[in-house]
Amino acid sequence: MAKEKKRKAAEEAVEGDDYIEREEKKQKLILASQIKNKEKRSAVYAKLKHEKRVEKRKKIKARDAASKQALELGEEPPEKMVPRTIENTRELDETVCRPDDEELFAGNDADEFSAVLKQQTAPKVLITTCRFNSSRGPAFINELLSVIPNAHYYKRGTYELKKIVEYAKNKEFTSIIVVHTNRRDPDALLLIGLPDGPTAHFRLSNLVLRKDIKNHGNPTSHEPELVLNNFTTRLGHRVGRMIQSLFPQVPNFRGRRVVTFHNQRDFIFFRHHRYVFEVKEKKEGPNDKKSKASKGKTEKKVIARLQECGPRFTLKLVSLQHGTFDTKGGEFEWVHKADMDTSRRRFFI
Amino acid sequence: MQNDDVIWDVIRHHHCSYMAKIQTGNFCRNPYNVTGICNRSSCPLANSRYATIRDHDGIFYLYMKTIERAHMPNKLWERVRLPKNYMKALEIIDKHLEYWPKLLVHKIKQRLTKMTQYRIRMVKLSKKVREKIMTVPRKEVKRESRREEKALRAAQIENVIEKELLERLNKGVYPDICNYDEEIFNKLLDKNKEEEQEEEEEEAEVEYVEGDYELEEEEELEDDIEDMGDFLKASNFEDIEGDEDDLEEQPSKKKVKKASVSYPLKQDDGTEKVTRKGKKVIVEVERDEDVGNRQHNVM
Repeated sequence: MAKEKKRKAAEEAVEGDDYIEREEKKQKLILASQIKNKEKRSAVYAKLKHEKRVEKRKKIKARDAASKQALELGEEPPEKMVPRTIENTRELDETVCRPDDEELFAGNDADEFSAVLKQQTAPKVLITTCRFNSSRGPAFINELLSVIPNAHYYKRGTYELKKIVEYAKNKEFTSIIVVHTNRRDPDALLLIGLPDGPTAHFRLSNLVLRKDIKNHGNPTSHEPELVLNNFTTRLGHRVGRMIQSLFPQVPNFRGRRVVTFHNQRDFIFFRHHRYVFEVKEKKEGPNDKKSKASKGKTEKKVIARLQECGPRFTLKLVSLQHGTFDTKGGEFEWVHKADMDTSRRRFFI
Repeated sequence: MQNDDVIWDVIRHHHCSYMAKIQTGNFCRNPYNVTGICNRSSCPLANSRYATIRDHDGIFYLYMKTIERAHMPNKLWERVRLPKNYMKALEIIDKHLEYWPKLLVHKIKQRLTKMTQYRIRMVKLSKKVREKIMTVPRKEVKRESRREEKALRAAQIENVIEKELLERLNKGVYPDICNYDEEIFNKLLDKNKEEEQEEEEEEAEVEYVEGDYELEEEEELEDDIEDMGDFLKASNFEDIEGDEDDLEEQPSKKKVKKASVSYPLKQDDGTEKVTRKGKKVIVEVERDEDVGNRQHNVM
């Protein structure tokens, strides 16, 4: 092969003492994929893999031994290696909210949701559907009605959405939820804030109804607690506040109901649980070296246990429009475009 | 030279590229055809004198062809613009096609009627708000579902929620959450029981009272207030009455508590809730019994 010849020539030219080393390097540089003979190629590759595995195991053993030693001697284990995740390597976003951002707080005060979030008005939600509703739609709406307190369902009829918005304003609703169905399955969620709140269009997926969840619980009518996770950027913060404005701001802790909206990589996962705090006794393991740290033979920990009730679905923001529903004339704050998906490390919420 | 019969013969019996054969009949795809059916009288190729109405951007035009211009295909069709008003358009048609065969004129007027009707309908529909159906390429749909799965796995939602709830508990957000630290409660119970047993001999009432208050606080902390609400109210009253009731009740309650602790924790909350409620029932029954006993004793 040409590469080998070139290397041989280079070798002869230099002619150093590292002749053996260079020979070995030359051998290694022949990639397994360049060998045309399948049997030989697979044999070489298997050998390569085996060598790699052996090396890896050695490394792991060395690491474990080092940490054990460190514990024995000075109680300072070497730093644990942190795996590289998509969240770790997320592209730097300049719109991430910082905790000391005064502009953010001022914006929040002048927000459309500030009235509800400051408990000046109680939230009142109108739920409706698209014009054709069938199959899982009604079941989903029933469950939504049980999750969101003070929610009312009205049939769609053939009213235009703008008229529905007007009608809701007259009746003093604070937000509208439109469940859109496609091919007999709820497909999209339109969240319209009132009186002139933004309109958020979400795509709904992975809907699991309460009856399909194993060991589900039945929710009570206490006001739920809200947990909103990972809404970091400005856009995320705005969406988070919008979701927050659906629920009353005075949760009834005795009801022990928690509704979670967890954002991960631009997917907002909705969960609805009932929780219970319990004391769990943790007996000492075979680790006698940690006896200094432990209190005694049994450790008591308070843990929270969850029982899922209510539906489970995921939302993905498609567009956020300023003002109430008006696709033609409205101003869009954020629209999902195809070229936003090009980078796997870039997220917007 | 232009001979209509020959043209029709050739077209009909051999091949016409405008003809579309369907179950119900033969149709003509020629844009200049008045009726749209493949007929000897409706074929624009086989009739040297012909007229149609065509629609462009919502405006109707009357197209006419005569045999005088048959040798100039470029200028074959003469176009007249028709007004939007139906009656006026009819008049103009009459004026232009005055000496033409009546059948053709009739067909043209029928076509005009139909076209005006559908123009009105189109205008009405465009004013109405209709949902636009957007399609998403399959590749994107699949990509989204794949990413969603991976995000779900990365999210570890249940763990995060539990952590968050514990954080809130430690911060003290929950003022009256009452169902934890049963062990500690039991220990306190034991301590108080011992204290009271010692003090019984001394008969120092002041210390009794203190002990009762402590116990009541502990009672508030344990289990559901829903279960214990009634009990609490009752206990307040009993406090005034005497200590013996409490003494008797505590061991009974304690026994009940122990029974609950021994329950396997892995059951789902549904059944556990049931047991809690059952406990409530048990406590009340025992309390009643105690009261009955007391009365009995007094008597």
